[in-house]
Amino acid sequence: MRQVMTAEDLGRVVRRIANEIIERNHGTADVLLLGIPTRGKPFADRIASAMSEIEDEEVVAGSLDIGMYRDDLDSRPRTRIGPTDIPKPIDGADIVLVDDVLYTGRTIRAALDALADLGRPRTVQLAVIVDRGHRQLPIRPDFVGKNIPTSITEHVSVRITPHDDEDGVWIGNEVLG
Amino acid sequence: MKHFLTTEDLDRNTIEELLDEADGFAEVLTRPIPKVPALRGKTIATMFFEPSTRTKMSFDKAAKALSADTVSFSPGTSALSKGESLKDTALTIRAMGVDLMVVRHKATGAAWRLADWLDIPIVNGGDGAHQHPTQALLDCQTIRQRFGSLEGLEIAIVGDIKHSRVARSNVFAMATLGAKVTLVGPPTLLPVDVGSWPVTTTADLDGVLPNIDVVYLLRVQTERGGASVFPSFAEYAERFGMSDRRFSALKPDAVVLHPGPMNRGVEISHDVADDDRALILEQVSNGVATRMAVLFRLLGREHHA
Repeated sequence: MRQVMTAEDLGRVVRRIANEIIERNHGTADVLLLGIPTRGKPFADRIASAMSEIEDEEVVAGSLDIGMYRDDLDSRPRTRIGPTDIPKPIDGADIVLVDDVLYTGRTIRAALDALADLGRPRTVQLAVIVDRGHRQLPIRPDFVGKNIPTSITEHVSVRITPHDDEDGVWIGNEVLG
Repeated sequence: MKHFLTTEDLDRNTIEELLDEADGFAEVLTRPIPKVPALRGKTIATMFFEPSTRTKMSFDKAAKALSADTVSFSPGTSALSKGESLKDTALTIRAMGVDLMVVRHKATGAAWRLADWLDIPIVNGGDGAHQHPTQALLDCQTIRQRFGSLEGLEIAIVGDIKHSRVARSNVFAMATLGAKVTLVGPPTLLPVDVGSWPVTTTADLDGVLPNIDVVYLLRVQTERGGASVFPSFAEYAERFGMSDRRFSALKPDAVVLHPGPMNRGVEISHDVADDDRALILEQVSNGVATRMAVLFRLLGREHHA
């Protein structure tokens, strides 16, 4: 495995994305960050706390589980159902979906379906820490930590505390635990 | 996990995973549109050869909340009354393109026979006096919501244990989750193999009440002969009923569960049944979410691999 981002790199990326979200939305008032379990949630929490610091306004992050919305339940090992926690109303909000790695786009498609069942946001934006390419659907991110071109046989392992015991991004031919 | 037949072979990790996932499905049920597409295109058959209100409706609601289609079967209106065998009935329904079957039957082991005959997941919705595993899951979920965990809880299961698939299912699930289970009932209503269960037994309800966190009251099963071994309902209520007096002898945070349908005035007094610490309606609500977890587990993975 080759390390492509350090803990410090991740910290800078989180602060930059926080700034970009504030800039795009002219503040934080209607913004609701929703992390996609499992690793999207700790990133959403970090971005929310960076935004709170920058703007001196409380920004909350929730989580949106998409396990019940996948279109490939038959063909992949089953994902565990994680928590969905929507801390404020979705109707009229500017939702920022947060995930660690953007790959085929199928997770985000499922997230859009899940959102549609919960309400009608004003906008839906997408923040990802790593965009590794190989999209299978017409989906693009609004905020990207780092573009990392990969071959489809490679694995991108993002690790973040408290979900993992360290922060960083690795790339290689096997999955980190 | 290919079928869901019994709590006796479930390990702690599996039960806890199902309960965690049931929490996720419970959230779905609180939404304005309480439905997710997880099992879209799947068909679930509910085959209840014994009468049931809550279990059949609960499975039906769980399947629909997962966007599965449901077909159902009631013996009174079916070809069974023309003499068709269980096996032929099941094979016929399977041939219609059913992906999972929930079965309730008065014969012990009926669900296992179906699991042998058919190539699809079978969920045991109750077989005779043997097992009713989704009832145990929803009961454990209800207790866990109240206490955070079953570890170390003192649970008394009271009444006609011998004829109760609810008791048998719960004993194994609760013990696996770390609870200490005491069976309370007349010796004639204890099962013959109780020596091999992870429980202690007593006939003295008043003696154990002060230490108990959860009192699980069983229904007197008139249809399985439970009424014939004690002289009268009044005597049963006197010795094993949750009266107002007994309720006040419980710890202040102790709760009362009952699988329904209740015989008010026999196992449980009117006032206790309506008390906030009687979690009977919570049990029913949790039934839908825990059954969603079971259906999703069986249809969502390995089976198709």
